[in-house]
Amino acid sequence: MKFVVAIKQVPDTAEVRIDPERGTLIRDGVPSIMNPFDTYALEEAMKWRDDLGGTVTVITMGPPQAESVLREAVSMGADDAVLISDRAFAGADTWATSHTIAAAVKKIGGVDAVFFGKQAIDGDTAQTGPSVAASLDWPQITFVGRVRTLDVKSIIAERYVETGVQVVQADLPVVLTILKDANVPRVPSLRGKMKSRKAEIPVWGLSDLGLSPDETGLNGSPTKVVVTSTPEARTGGAIHTGTADELACKLADLLLGEGGDA
Amino acid sequence: MHKMSGYLEIRENCTGCGICVRTCPVGALSVNSKRKAEVSEDCTLCSICVDSCPFKSLAVHHSFGGNKEELEKYSGILVLCEMRNHSPDRSAYELLGEARKLSAGSKEVTALIITDDASDAAEKLIRAGADRVVTAVHRNLEHFSTEPWNTILTHVIRTDKPEIVLAAATTTGRDVMPRVSKSLDTGLTADCTELHIDPKNGMLMQTRPAFGGNIMATIVCDRTRPQMSTVRPGVMKPLEPDCSRTGRIVELQITDSMVAGRSRVLEFIPSQGDEVDITEAETVISGGRGMKDPANFHMLHELAHLLGATVGASRAAVDNGWIEYPRQVGQTGKTVQPKIYLAVGISGAVQHRVGMQSSDVIYAVNKDPDAGIFQFCSHGFVGDLFEIIPALIKEIKKRRG
Repeated sequence: MKFVVAIKQVPDTAEVRIDPERGTLIRDGVPSIMNPFDTYALEEAMKWRDDLGGTVTVITMGPPQAESVLREAVSMGADDAVLISDRAFAGADTWATSHTIAAAVKKIGGVDAVFFGKQAIDGDTAQTGPSVAASLDWPQITFVGRVRTLDVKSIIAERYVETGVQVVQADLPVVLTILKDANVPRVPSLRGKMKSRKAEIPVWGLSDLGLSPDETGLNGSPTKVVVTSTPEARTGGAIHTGTADELACKLADLLLGEGGDA
Repeated sequence: MHKMSGYLEIRENCTGCGICVRTCPVGALSVNSKRKAEVSEDCTLCSICVDSCPFKSLAVHHSFGGNKEELEKYSGILVLCEMRNHSPDRSAYELLGEARKLSAGSKEVTALIITDDASDAAEKLIRAGADRVVTAVHRNLEHFSTEPWNTILTHVIRTDKPEIVLAAATTTGRDVMPRVSKSLDTGLTADCTELHIDPKNGMLMQTRPAFGGNIMATIVCDRTRPQMSTVRPGVMKPLEPDCSRTGRIVELQITDSMVAGRSRVLEFIPSQGDEVDITEAETVISGGRGMKDPANFHMLHELAHLLGATVGASRAAVDNGWIEYPRQVGQTGKTVQPKIYLAVGISGAVQHRVGMQSSDVIYAVNKDPDAGIFQFCSHGFVGDLFEIIPALIKEIKKRRG
């Protein structure tokens, strides 16, 4: 089986700070990490590779330094990696990103399944996976909490939806987005770390993928960000201190609507 | 109404010679103080300047999408209304309320339902704000499935040409809408929490939280139509049902080939009956990291029972396995807007705040006087929750006799 896992390098949002004047992100000094949701996608692909045989190729689209997340994925057990990088890809929205990733999947060729994390923690859109499926004209199963069976022809997976669990069967090739319920990601092995250090990671740009500048990056993006701002702040109200009994009494007034100033 | 699609690129090697300024037929070019050419909004992308530049510093990018006439063929708002048990889902009413607001009386609002049995859903949607309801009914449409939904949506959008399409940012909307975006080559903005029309140009301004809720980004789709958004459930307000409203109902002919696809739902396992829906509660009492132990949630449940409230939680509490995920409030959980939100042992990180800041009133109990939540709650109580909550339970019982 030939599996591809599409991963993303993201700023650690727990560490992100905001310039309050300009409403923009201060990225300086913010560590870059592998999108946490992608670790479940990678594990799921490797689990089925270990079971059925085959290869797992990790890909990412990003600046040259995004190579480090590919090496991390190789250290965790991916077989090979491709960096999709070109200045022409910068500023891409989900349409342009998925268009580019789909071109890379086609170039790899003979792929049975592409695994994505549920969403990336920076953009939080969850749109790239389904959009890649549309670009490839493959079926998709999103929000997968458990893959039940997978063989050369089809997959049966559980989609965790608001009202319960949908058990879905799809023909291969397929695009999947994986939830953290699906597995427990393995940690990098010593041998994996050695391998990742030596791994040759090709870089594919615009011409390698046979794309034009008008369908990638900012140019190829139907949406664009016009304003960024910090969330509107609610202003704080009264702060109460005192003994637990006093505070409980005041809080009871408010909760029961008996205080008059709720 | 809209600018031409594309833009004029002025490259680094521009010498500011001014030849292009003289050739521009609409006077859109000038040389700025840095001795570089500068282009104004009057540019029509005619490309005459590109050929005139001796240094090849100019380029026109007609990158994406249709021209002004093409964009203006689109009008009205289409709302994908999800069904639950053959009745419109709560999110459908929220979207229709929002669509009516965006319409401001001048855009037709069409609701689309895709189901195996429309029952009286169309009438309900008209009362909730739809001018027109399109029903796609077929026996194979009982469960959501990507390809049939995509086929029907793209068919309706191609025929109707709405300028705006709204869907809920649920597992359904977030599954099918990116597919529609690619099928129609138009933009889609995920998980919006605020929408409005720019009075200057009529464009849909789509605002959404990103970076874990640390930042709000406003996004436009200026070169293609329709402009499409998925909208976070629990944020927009439904209208009061109005029985005097009238509307048209259009039944789509759904053929077997339209509902075909390469994936099938084999089975649907509904959640257990005791599953909570924190988004419906009038009072939510949430516990966070300060709860320290799963056993301590018992006192929140007891308090909730006394007040007819529902227990929620922060991500920290859920990640620690103290309480189940469906109760999580925040960026990666649910958005709630109850009448009363009581945060117990929650510091109030942005990730949590975006999920509850629209509550009517917010009360917070935290032992750290510097906790972020005290900066935006209506009433803050500084103290040990393990003393205050038991005292509160006792006090409420006492008052109730």
